[in-house]
Amino acid sequence: MTAMTHVRPLPRMEGTFRFSTTETIKHAVLILGAVIVLIPFYVMVSYSMKSPSEIMTNTGGLFGAQELFRDDFCVKLGNAAEDCMVRPLIYNYTTAFEKAPLLLYLLNGVIVTLSIFAIQIVVALPCAYALAKLRWWGREAVFALVLFCLLIPVHAIALPLYIMLSKVGLTNTYAALIIPWTISVFGIFLMRQFFMTVPDDLIDAARMDGMSEYSIIWNVMLPTAIPALLAFGIFSVVAHWNDYFWPRIVITGNRDLFTPPLGLREFKGDADGDNFGPMMATATIIVTPLIVAFLLAQRRFIEGITLTGMK
Amino acid sequence: MATISLSGIAKSFGDTRVLNTIDLDVEDGEFLTLVGPSGCGKSTLLRIIAGLEAPSGGGVDIGGRDVTAVRPADRNLAMVFQSYALYPHLTVAENMMTPLKLRDLSFWERFPILGPVLARGKHRALRDQVDETAGVLKIDPLLDRKPGQLSGGQRQRAALGRAMVRKPVAFLMDEPLSNLDAALRVHMRAELAELHRALGTTFIYVTHDQAEALTMSDRMAVMMHGDILQLDNPRRVYGDPADLRVAEFVGSPKINVLPGDADSDGRLSFLGLPVKRRIAGSHGGISIGIRPEHLRLSGAGEGALSGIVRHVEHLGSDIFLHVDIADGAHRLVARATPAEAERISIADPVNVAQVDGAAMAFAAEGHRLRFSEFGAASRETPQMDKAVA
Repeated sequence: MTAMTHVRPLPRMEGTFRFSTTETIKHAVLILGAVIVLIPFYVMVSYSMKSPSEIMTNTGGLFGAQELFRDDFCVKLGNAAEDCMVRPLIYNYTTAFEKAPLLLYLLNGVIVTLSIFAIQIVVALPCAYALAKLRWWGREAVFALVLFCLLIPVHAIALPLYIMLSKVGLTNTYAALIIPWTISVFGIFLMRQFFMTVPDDLIDAARMDGMSEYSIIWNVMLPTAIPALLAFGIFSVVAHWNDYFWPRIVITGNRDLFTPPLGLREFKGDADGDNFGPMMATATIIVTPLIVAFLLAQRRFIEGITLTGMK
Repeated sequence: MATISLSGIAKSFGDTRVLNTIDLDVEDGEFLTLVGPSGCGKSTLLRIIAGLEAPSGGGVDIGGRDVTAVRPADRNLAMVFQSYALYPHLTVAENMMTPLKLRDLSFWERFPILGPVLARGKHRALRDQVDETAGVLKIDPLLDRKPGQLSGGQRQRAALGRAMVRKPVAFLMDEPLSNLDAALRVHMRAELAELHRALGTTFIYVTHDQAEALTMSDRMAVMMHGDILQLDNPRRVYGDPADLRVAEFVGSPKINVLPGDADSDGRLSFLGLPVKRRIAGSHGGISIGIRPEHLRLSGAGEGALSGIVRHVEHLGSDIFLHVDIADGAHRLVARATPAEAERISIADPVNVAQVDGAAMAFAAEGHRLRFSEFGAASRETPQMDKAVA
């Protein structure tokens, strides 16, 4: 031990700074990674606050100069040019809400993602419980199938799914957005792995107390599984909130059913060119709920209900 | 209040046989301990009584009712687990209330928010029962805490409370003290025995710790490899074991076992020393068991074994000397008082002699060989016993 300490003194010991090549390289790599991940966000937030000319010339720093500029669309509608002078920040965000019914899209997003997550839990918890804690013939085979299903990419089965939904006449409904995702094999797998760590004694105690198996799932396993459910929730909600592919396929006509990512299309290259400012404002609005939700869940993640009460 | 009787209970997991045809009658209000090394099937037997495991054969009978096919909750038994198995998301009070709620309230009365409004009286009655039990166990101040905020001993009490609150016909305990530290374990031993006396309810207690079994139980069943080897009160199990495996398992330090011989007249000898008492019939290779407290330090001479002290265990009131005899072929553990052992240190030569009439003989297969009447009589005659090794 002492030899080790002599060979590799820890940096910052005794309160003095010591240069360490390995630590520096580690941090450099991490900083580089962070920059690569953050730059698109930076650009998004920055563009959402700039005027079109600043965006095109790539000037103005993070906030832009916030100088008034002329809204061409407003002029085209026949207003006087003086009445159409707008601040970039206000213009971008108000346009985001005006040009597309963004609040409706956000509401759709909430309905769809929360429905998906709720049904996923309703399906995954009993499955995971049966796979982890009950003894029955063929259990290992079924679990192998679950693992196998993890390997199937969504896009491979998108077409059959679409055909099935359209035959039943469910395209352009909430159901089309929700039903294909209600059985999450990833959720079943994740919860099964978590349930394996729950002591059998706890389940036996519940049985002695007179709980039915379903009652055990909802009253004992669910509360102890909150941390794992939060982890799964983040995967599920992020994936379906941000999903562009599937809503684009099944929502063909009815714009009232658009989810937030579909809303971005409203600003996409029309004849009069891309309108990046409001588009980026929309994008910012779309990702904000996710970031807020993640920050809130992150605390719960760490606090989590642990199984300490049982050991 | 009820007797519990098991008839012909067998259990196999796949090809592994865990229990071979167990018959056991537990009397009303008895403290019965199932004790044995790990893997002997004692926990499985308890789980079969509880209904958590279905037996491969045989039946369970509680209070004259065959409950072999009855759900665990409907057997009116309560179980205390080694890991306590408290619901981690509920407070102690809610933990204790759970079995009562499930037994006494309907689905709608259990419903959150709505339930307490619908059946206020019932909920208050349950709360009173919880408070009463908490008072008995002195855990009133802990009722609003969650299991994660409790110490091991407190969790143990909370688990006991959850079991007690529903006033079951019997308590099943699966190594409930194993997770406590040594001092607390000894304390809880006395407390559990007192609780048993106060409640007067049947306790079936599973442990691998022979000291717990000896100190607490009315009767103890020593189990090994899926069989009950001996079922008797602790004094008899210790003093009069029916099998070499029982003798070796019960008692700490372990009983000394030496190879012996029996001639055609049933005369025994071990390590060249004759045993005066005889056994009935003739047997070949036998084992002689002598407990450490039945060996004493003595002068050299007839009937004494000379050896060399290899290790000294100082327990305060007793000193255990580990003595190599017959040039290290066998090791004996002998008990000595601190005064006797004062001058003895490691590598000293000593002589140990057997306290008269305390040796036990076991057949090669392990079962106990009883001394014949003549031998038994010789116990009373000190003169003759002098010759006994």
